[in-house]
Amino acid sequence: MTALLSASGVVKRYGGITALHGVDFAVQAGQVHVLIGENGAGKSTLMKILAGIEAPTEGSLAIDGASVQLNGVRDAAKRGIGMVHQELNLCPNLTVAENIFLLGSGSTLLDKDGEREAARGLLARLRQTIDPDRRVDTLSIGEQQIVEIAKALAEECRVLILDEPTSALSEAEVEVLFEVIGDLKRAGVGLVYISHRLEELLRVGDAITIMRDGRIVANRPAAQASVSWIIEQMLGENGKLQREGREPCAEGAPVLTLSGVSRGRDRGGAALEDVDLEARAGSILAIYGLLGSGRTEMLEVAFGARAAEQGTVTLCGQDITGLSIAQRVEKGLLFVSEDRKAQGLFPNLDVGRNMALSDLARFARAGVVQPEKEVSAIGQMIARLGVKAATPQVAITALSGGNQQKALIGRALMPGPAALLLDEPTRGVDVGARAEVFSRIRQLAQDGLAVVFTTSDVLEALAIAHRIVVIAKGRITLDVAAGEASEAMLIGAANAERAAVA
Amino acid sequence: MNTLAKSISEKGKALATSIEPQTAESPSNAMALLLKFRTVLALVVVVAIFAVLAPNFLSLGNALIMLKHIAIIAILAIGMTFVILTGGIDLSVGSIAGLAGMVAGALILNGLPLTALGVVIYPSVPLMVAMVVALGAALGLFNALMVNRFQVAPFIATLGMLYMARGAAMLMSNGATFPNLVGNPALGNEGFSWLGAGMVLGIPVPVWILAIIALGAGFVAARTTFGRRVYAVGGSERAALLSGVRVDRIKYAVYAISGAMAAVVGMLVASDLEAAHPASGESFELSSIAAVVLGGASLTGGRGTIAGTLTGACVIGVLGDGMVMVGISEFWQMVIKGAVIVTAVVLDRLQERLG
Repeated sequence: MTALLSASGVVKRYGGITALHGVDFAVQAGQVHVLIGENGAGKSTLMKILAGIEAPTEGSLAIDGASVQLNGVRDAAKRGIGMVHQELNLCPNLTVAENIFLLGSGSTLLDKDGEREAARGLLARLRQTIDPDRRVDTLSIGEQQIVEIAKALAEECRVLILDEPTSALSEAEVEVLFEVIGDLKRAGVGLVYISHRLEELLRVGDAITIMRDGRIVANRPAAQASVSWIIEQMLGENGKLQREGREPCAEGAPVLTLSGVSRGRDRGGAALEDVDLEARAGSILAIYGLLGSGRTEMLEVAFGARAAEQGTVTLCGQDITGLSIAQRVEKGLLFVSEDRKAQGLFPNLDVGRNMALSDLARFARAGVVQPEKEVSAIGQMIARLGVKAATPQVAITALSGGNQQKALIGRALMPGPAALLLDEPTRGVDVGARAEVFSRIRQLAQDGLAVVFTTSDVLEALAIAHRIVVIAKGRITLDVAAGEASEAMLIGAANAERAAVA
Repeated sequence: MNTLAKSISEKGKALATSIEPQTAESPSNAMALLLKFRTVLALVVVVAIFAVLAPNFLSLGNALIMLKHIAIIAILAIGMTFVILTGGIDLSVGSIAGLAGMVAGALILNGLPLTALGVVIYPSVPLMVAMVVALGAALGLFNALMVNRFQVAPFIATLGMLYMARGAAMLMSNGATFPNLVGNPALGNEGFSWLGAGMVLGIPVPVWILAIIALGAGFVAARTTFGRRVYAVGGSERAALLSGVRVDRIKYAVYAISGAMAAVVGMLVASDLEAAHPASGESFELSSIAAVVLGGASLTGGRGTIAGTLTGACVIGVLGDGMVMVGISEFWQMVIKGAVIVTAVVLDRLQERLG
């Protein structure tokens, strides 16, 4: 059977970094092809290439067996390839119908009535009764997701790529989505489905492909796959993190606490409901939760990067709830974002200067930076964390993901913090380097630091942390010593109360 | 002029290498090197062309006149560089310069009436200069307040100030010129014209002022914690915030610097003419932005040097004066200037891609 859409030998390089190493991938009509991999495995890059957003460095694409070159999203859409992104791409100020036909319905003049009717028809096909005249910003996230799919269908797509479509959906909305997927399959549409929720993948998928470090490492029909097989393939040999050398830690004094923290869901982030947290000196606390569960928001509230409506945050017994980020940093609370590119790196500064920035005042006399002091502090930190850079003057963007992460952790350590918050520290870090990042984190805890990190990977939480907190839909559903936790417990708690908050 | 350009260019190289991240470059790659020093090269080419076409171009007298013109653009552009390094823009500098000149003129002619006390104070020239610079900085702070507190885009906030400051300048005299700003020995406020028209060691005062400001600004940008934070904010504002940088303070500072520089320029212009005109400084913001961009700064922030800006200002100044001397029509001058600016940015993109 000829594939609807296929990629062969696709290589993608960004500067010196290779994101895809010769990948073959095919989408069949009437099938759901599930793509799984850790963050940074190359899934998104592959999808961007399939959807015409990026061009492959090497390799080729074919539609119905005929080789094609996609010139951008519009071209891909014309050829019947649609994509629904993880971050919704709707214009909040326009109506549902206007969004669905944003790219035009063929003619230059707008046909408002025709568009409205067509939108109603598409939504009916998706078993929705959303009014086409409603403004998108009045819809729930789940409804917006449906509108996105309708938008893709309006282009009469034959291949539909869904990137983490359920991350923001309630249980009921997920069921609707699955019905829609069933309808599309019967209509002969080929789907690519990306998600981190393993149970979901096995349920919806026909074929499963697993990526790791920019390569396809395994694929098989969904009927023959199991959760344990998937996890094994995702992590690979190197990824088997051992529960090594962890002292049953005489926990130190509480350093950072959150008590009764609540906030409503808004455009920017998930809700939190009455969240308590306690991080102790010399120990590592993992916050495990699915995407959109509020795990990032918890750290951001603790750091002051996001406001809470209720609750208090204390550091070393002192109430810091009302303080600005800069004031918290001065008091010894530091944060490393999960989004290195947008919230971590200074692409215009070299490795050393990236690291020194959080503690410039220490290297300065009367506001003038003293190069000797700065250089020696940078050198020590590079050695302490094992950052692999030829010299501190190398551009930070030239480093690998793992080394960028170590440099950013180094920046957070510069001021000698009391507590360190790491949001998904292994995101975009290749498997080999993950173990190293974690061994450094362990060392930091042994030095007496209170470390809190978030993760969407059960094994990471189990292997590294002394204590694990599970968050689901903005609520803490489990708080347990790592020694007493099991994979099943954590996954169960992360999926608890899915339907409770819509 | 040639030696001067050279010394500027050498300083430029020194400063540029001390700030820019040292990327691996093969010296054999002549194209990359040419691109890297394109502004210096452009300056050399422009000077060479006019040296051939205009007989008096390289004379000392002409060089000094050109340097005075360059000083006007360069001082504004240095303030602008700090703003642009943070990823902002300041459209209000021309108007602030105009208003500053008018305020200086009013202080000299009419003094500062303290109605509550029923007296009029005539500040001495140094005090008056300090007051006007403070006014410029305060207007800059107002720009930053809009940007920080009310999240107004810098383009809009400073566009508003462009109109407000120009309007205020016009209101001060109903659009008329304040003439004869020589001061009065009886009031102890003479000597204003030295600022714009005076000479020290055979070099015009504005050029000295530029030299002091440029050295100071180069040091601040490259060597101080403030400078480093400016680059950090421009590189990634969010990352800077999350690293504990007080981003709002950095912005207050850069807009205040830009406003203060504009006030200095406004006084230099008024002083040189011994008259303040409320329309003075119109479109100065554009030539100073052009100088910054020619100097290799990125309008998205985080990249650029004071030395580069200085070179860019020299190119704009030399080009402008040279074209007048050669007798190119005013209309063609505009076309050529525009083409030079666009070319500079295209080359900048090229270099980014190669680098």
